[in-house]
Amino acid sequence: MSNIHQVNRRDFMKLFGLASTGIILGCTAQTAKKKFSPEINKDFFAPNLFIHLEKNGNITLIASRSEMGQGIRTSLASAIADELEADWKYVAVKQATGDAKYGNQNTDGSRSVRTRLEPMRKMGAAAKMMLITAAANKWNVNESDCKAENHYVINTISNEKIFFGDLVEDASALPVPNEDAIQLKKVEDFKYIGKTLKSVDLNHFTHGTATYGIDVRIPNMKFAAIARCPVTFGTVKSFDSTNAEKVSGVEKVIKIERKKPGIGQQFYGCLGGVAVIANNTWSAFQGKLDLDINWDFGDNKSFDSEEFKKTLTQRVQKNGKLVPGSRGNVSTAFNNANKVIEATYHVPFLVHAPMEVPNATAWYQDNKIEVWAPVQDPQTARAELAQFFEIPLENITINVTFLGGGFGRKSKSDFVVEAVTISKEIKAPVQLVWTREDDIKHSFYHATSVQYLKGGIDEKGNVSGWLQRVAFPSIVSSFKPLSDYASGFELGQGFTNNPYDLENFRLESVKAEAHLRIGWLRSVVHIHSGFGNNSFVDELAFAANIDPVQFHLNLIGKDRVIKGKSDYPYDTKRMKDVLNNTSKIADWNKKRPENHGMGIAIHYSFYSYVATAVEVSMNDGKVKIENVWTTIDCGLVLNKDNVINQLEGAAIFGLSIALFGKVSAKEGAVEQNNFFDYQMTRMKHAPKIHVDILDKMNEKPTGVGEPGVPVMAPAICNAIFNATGKRYRSLPLIDEGLI
Amino acid sequence: MSTILSINGKSYTVEVQENMPLLWAIRDIVGLTGTKFGCGVAQCGACSILIDGQLTKSCSMPVSYGIGKEIFTIEGSSENLEVLREAWNDGNVPQCGYCQSGQLIAATALLDKIESPTDKDIDDAMSSNICRCGTYSRIRKAIHKAVELKNQKA
Repeated sequence: MSNIHQVNRRDFMKLFGLASTGIILGCTAQTAKKKFSPEINKDFFAPNLFIHLEKNGNITLIASRSEMGQGIRTSLASAIADELEADWKYVAVKQATGDAKYGNQNTDGSRSVRTRLEPMRKMGAAAKMMLITAAANKWNVNESDCKAENHYVINTISNEKIFFGDLVEDASALPVPNEDAIQLKKVEDFKYIGKTLKSVDLNHFTHGTATYGIDVRIPNMKFAAIARCPVTFGTVKSFDSTNAEKVSGVEKVIKIERKKPGIGQQFYGCLGGVAVIANNTWSAFQGKLDLDINWDFGDNKSFDSEEFKKTLTQRVQKNGKLVPGSRGNVSTAFNNANKVIEATYHVPFLVHAPMEVPNATAWYQDNKIEVWAPVQDPQTARAELAQFFEIPLENITINVTFLGGGFGRKSKSDFVVEAVTISKEIKAPVQLVWTREDDIKHSFYHATSVQYLKGGIDEKGNVSGWLQRVAFPSIVSSFKPLSDYASGFELGQGFTNNPYDLENFRLESVKAEAHLRIGWLRSVVHIHSGFGNNSFVDELAFAANIDPVQFHLNLIGKDRVIKGKSDYPYDTKRMKDVLNNTSKIADWNKKRPENHGMGIAIHYSFYSYVATAVEVSMNDGKVKIENVWTTIDCGLVLNKDNVINQLEGAAIFGLSIALFGKVSAKEGAVEQNNFFDYQMTRMKHAPKIHVDILDKMNEKPTGVGEPGVPVMAPAICNAIFNATGKRYRSLPLIDEGLI
Repeated sequence: MSTILSINGKSYTVEVQENMPLLWAIRDIVGLTGTKFGCGVAQCGACSILIDGQLTKSCSMPVSYGIGKEIFTIEGSSENLEVLREAWNDGNVPQCGYCQSGQLIAATALLDKIESPTDKDIDDAMSSNICRCGTYSRIRKAIHKAVELKNQKA
């Protein structure tokens, strides 16, 4: 998706059809609907969709990815500005609406920088070339005698300079350069890339003026809340809204039908239920509580997550389906082993609980839809609205607000579909707000998992065989019912591609049905694989009587590069480098107090390499996380402080999973309600976090937002084992009385 | 019914039920959206405001409680809030930013009470505010930094 179509301006309309496959370099900021006019605009220079330069020098750069705390608005804009040689003080950032013309906008998978950096740099570089040409023409010199620097083009012969703003008219008249003529800067010439630029939105964040979805206000808008069936996919048999309608502020109560996407379609639809429409949020919430609904609980009504855990635990003790990529013969390895170790690990269902609950403001009128919402994937939201409401795509506008956290929850546009459904029904703009209880009880959950591991150790302490059986409900089940086994892409997240050199390796996939909507949460299946792999390696290291860091190094094996299907081969040396670095910054071998323990974990995810060491202290049987040391190799760094911020955040997120995260279900209904029973890390639990980024500026950029998460739970459990000799194989630790 | 609320030194006459939580009156009726909804049950601190200087979870206090009192929100300004803002910006604290209104108000209440808080004071004062992005270590540093900035200015 990183291809850029270079076009001359007159070819713009002809080529516009290609926009859906990438980013058009040579189009103006006009929409596809408007006829492109070759007329030169004298007021601004907009050589492509992402850059808008005014005569006063102000530059507006377009952010095509959703901002949910990862600093993407700042970092992608800085890549454009760097190549453009813009002075950062003139730069403002504007959020793109959901539209294929901006290229893929799906903000997940830790891939915004990986996939967008080069196109954004090219946007900036192309604009710079045009500004230089405009100046060279004025001076009647060669372009090679000019350079751009800090918002000026400089004549290197005469040392004259022209302000970018003064070149607007002339540059606008020039053709857009061909993509192959664009030269990108060298690493040593970067001005912003690899450095720290603070968030462009800081002042809004510290003054309460950033507009999140929930802050959108449209004249005459209504507020709505929906009561949904406690059991997934249950339906409304009948309801009595008499009491709800008596609540002051409540204006209307309507039934919402479930919207079900076609099988295999990657849409989310909506659950259906009863919607209360009011003139303020609180009245809608109150009205909802006063509804009397008779539910048909449907097929999932007997689901019990504790029973399910037992079922999966039994299933993984027996053979599952052999997964391609298995190699050697583990049975022989186990027979000849010096020691054989077995262990079963469990991770519960988890929910994202972003601080801003799911919400959307929608206005359906005159065969048009406009939405304002905190969405990670505005194009999918747009596409599913087009399908469900039978409205042409071009009549649907998705305005992307700030996201008060996403973590994968806001990739799913069910709450947008709900809001539009209500707006259509009541013929007015409406803001739908989920309560926190709705968020905890009706999410797309991170799957629960059970894994069985068996390992053999030979007389030298090497791992001679590794058997892993994995059971977790698949994400695919949300799009294709009866998908009862993990899919290939899920197993590819740390299971088929674990970071170790194993001669005898057998992976088996075990059946696990879905009874809740399954989605993805920050680092996805890596949460399972990271926990299972690293916990088990720690158990093997103990059995082999070898230091865990050394044991990991041995197991990663000699330096080699393993090519996969992607353009990002797995390089064992880079993994060893992050591990050695973490061991060094954590002072791994240092003598610590008697009640302290150290744990280590490594993980390769989203093409980045991470090693994390955790120090815990134990007091009266309770654990405190004292220190976290994390090293990442994520290739080229775009914004240094963003990377540090993301890894600090990932450590806290991973800590929440280890200590508190658990969604359970009884009689089909999720048992947790709010932050008092779905707890998360608070200030008093927060450790000191030390982040180190390896300098790999000549490598391709890889993921940052998620790779810091999967290492946390295993590193903590390994540290507790180191301190106490007790092994915890089931999360969360609060259930073990450790908090 | 018609009620007068005094917010950040300004008077607002609003038509509102007195049992409506202050959070929703401030957001939906008065129209100041900097104060955030997080949980509705005083568990996360996103809705933190000051009422007559006291740190309050506005999602769980009715409008009637605020009548005749001085309400202070993130849209307001005070010496401690300004210095905290400066420290927040200096440390590039926010990630998604959603909880930071509440964090800043809670930190303002802390500095209003304790001139130079210790780490333990910060743990005690700030543990009722959740940040799902996990900016805790930066918040801690920024509170210390704010004290430093204030001392420099004094």
